[in-house]
Amino acid sequence: MTTPSSPPPRGKTPFWRDPAKRALMFQALMLAALFAAIGFIVSNTLDNLDARGITTGFGFLDDTAGFGIVQSLIDYSPQSTYGRTFLVGLMNTLLVSALGVLAATVIGFLMGIARLSPNWLIARLAGAYVEIFRNIPLLLQIFFWYFAVLRTLPSPRQSMSLGEAVFLNIRGLVVPAPVSESGLVWTLVALVVAVIAAIVLVRWNRRRQEATGDRLPAGWISAGMIVGMPLLVFVASGMPLTWDIPKLGGFNFSGGITVLPELLALWLALSIYTGSFIAEIVRSGIQAVSSGQTEAARALSLSGGMTLRLVVIPQAMRVIIPPLTSQYLNLIKNSSLATAIGYPDLVSVFAGTTLNQTGQAIEVIMMTMAVYLILSLLVSMFMNWFNARMALVER
Amino acid sequence: MLHNNKKTLLCSATALVATLLAAGSAQAGETMDAVKERGQVVCGVSTGLPGFSSPDDQGNWEGIDVDVCHGVAAAVFGDASKVQFVPLNAKERFTALQSGEIDVLSRNTTWTATRDTTLGLNFTGVSFYDGQGFLVKESLGVDSAMQLDGAAFCVQSGTTTELNLADYFQANDMSFEPVVFDTSDQTVGGFEAGRCDVLTSDTSQLNALRIKLSDPDGAKVLPQVISKEPLGPVVRQGDDQWFNAVKWTLFAMINAEEMGITSENADEMKESDKPGIKRFMGDEGNFGEAMGLPADWAYNIVSQVGNYGEVFDRNVGAGSPLNIERGINALWTDGGVQYAPPIR
Ligand SMILES: N[C@@H](CCC(=O)N[C@@H](CS)C(=O)NCC(=O)O)C(=O)O
Repeated sequence: MTTPSSPPPRGKTPFWRDPAKRALMFQALMLAALFAAIGFIVSNTLDNLDARGITTGFGFLDDTAGFGIVQSLIDYSPQSTYGRTFLVGLMNTLLVSALGVLAATVIGFLMGIARLSPNWLIARLAGAYVEIFRNIPLLLQIFFWYFAVLRTLPSPRQSMSLGEAVFLNIRGLVVPAPVSESGLVWTLVALVVAVIAAIVLVRWNRRRQEATGDRLPAGWISAGMIVGMPLLVFVASGMPLTWDIPKLGGFNFSGGITVLPELLALWLALSIYTGSFIAEIVRSGIQAVSSGQTEAARALSLSGGMTLRLVVIPQAMRVIIPPLTSQYLNLIKNSSLATAIGYPDLVSVFAGTTLNQTGQAIEVIMMTMAVYLILSLLVSMFMNWFNARMALVER
Repeated sequence: MLHNNKKTLLCSATALVATLLAAGSAQAGETMDAVKERGQVVCGVSTGLPGFSSPDDQGNWEGIDVDVCHGVAAAVFGDASKVQFVPLNAKERFTALQSGEIDVLSRNTTWTATRDTTLGLNFTGVSFYDGQGFLVKESLGVDSAMQLDGAAFCVQSGTTTELNLADYFQANDMSFEPVVFDTSDQTVGGFEAGRCDVLTSDTSQLNALRIKLSDPDGAKVLPQVISKEPLGPVVRQGDDQWFNAVKWTLFAMINAEEMGITSENADEMKESDKPGIKRFMGDEGNFGEAMGLPADWAYNIVSQVGNYGEVFDRNVGAGSPLNIERGINALWTDGGVQYAPPIR
């Protein structure tokens, strides 16, 4: 657009000769064509569906579903609507994804660090774990946990039990459910106060250390506060919590909380599989920190644990977070394999049963795809923010 | 470069639009023409349900639903073997038919208002009148469905079974735990392993699945039947010629039984001079013509596949391991409800 060396020619450049404006025009044209094409495809599809007598629209979301769902985190009965089945499925997907992300992260970090251990046996065991679980297809691993492990458990009557309170059988893991009584709020209040106090303490300690070089064992003090304060209040307020112990009766246990075997199998498989990838990411992240850094830390007489925590991991995190994000995204999307073993996730409940009972494939599949897309975008956004923060800390 | 991009975009857009335009609404004659050109009827069946549709040790499909497909092939081509079978689970079946992957769905499918009116599909008749029941292990010590409060039920996803189960338990104010699987193998496997207390499905299918269990005598079907399950073949809506051809294939089988025409005596009966039989055989009038079928379409069905009674006995009745009684599936003349309009 600008030609600084020569004076502008007489008059104005016509816009079709101006490359920038021309590019803009072509892009606008292309966008218009794209929208026109999409619009045409949508209207054509609607026409065709109509001509074939296939019902369309989202009205079905208000109709009664009429089928049962075995696990729901929100109120659900067969008299609820199809819209509700969407929410139930979504919550179940979120539940297994969140559990999976947590467990995979813990397993992955432990195994990744273990792989670098100077202890020959630990390093080899961690290596074997990574190579085995990373190289077997996830679906097979889900089948393994579900059919080969959990299917061989005894019937409810012959349950394995832990202190007659926790039971494991082919119908799942039954654990006592906590029942809160009045006064438990104070324990929760104490917990919140302890957490806030711990944060304040850690900040203050850091500032003090920067200023004076002295430091308190803030980590231990905080841990003590977070555990101790609520415990003290709990006991002082007369332990306002009872347990609903599962009892065998009729066909199965009643009372307590039942963790479905489908959930257990999916959770195990997802965390162990994804954990093996995370272990490699963590290992490579740590190895990416040059050994000079470790040596320098040692020369400053930092202990092994402090070197890892204060020098190596903060730098390794910058390398670890981007690929870690992809693993989280994979885990969420992989949770849709739930349908293979009948865990009632979004794909199984909504894109499965609801789709089939209503026949509204296009609407249902679009809603399901949108959910996974939005979930993935949210996770990426969060991880990008986290990454930016970690990068700043480096200075 | 930019220009090029736009060109490719427009090209692909046009191609897509062209495909969608080509996949316009179903028209009369479309399916029949496609079937004839292909030389085969593509028929959707179950993934394996003894008596209805399941492959034998040689991989040949057999069963009452399979014979309906053979009947359609006999009517169209005069050769019952010209069928290609596509195994489908409950969730896949309607999409497979809507998208044109199969020509007929003959897979123990219940005729309901929703399926008939909102999916762009039409049921052509009832090949088997069924009802939903419960299969339990003898060791459970239960002998009525009313004792099943709180039990876990293995059920296949995408079926009417799932819905009836919820209805029944609501109506009787009982609770249940549905354990839902995609395939019948998994559903039966869950029952055998003890993941659920009860396997629920159409009663006839429970009989079929029971003989597949490792210990068939250790399980029993409870007496309660909790729903109406009229099972029949399904075609796409909007192609009336094909709809008629499939509908009248089943009617021809039922009429043949009523007239006493069997696969064995069909050739003799062809010589009969009774007007009804002559019309059936295509020797008087041409009832196939309007459906795009040859005049002897009904004769081909009966001589190659058999009449309804033969098909029933051979696959699910006295001549089969299932040994299901004719019951309401008997002809109307024998106290059942199988009744076909006359060929005239
Ligand atoms: N008639 C019912 C149920 C049909 C059904 O799918 N039953 C199961 C019994 S477990 C079956 O046949 N499965 C065989 C398969 O999926 O291939 C319907 O149309 O919804």
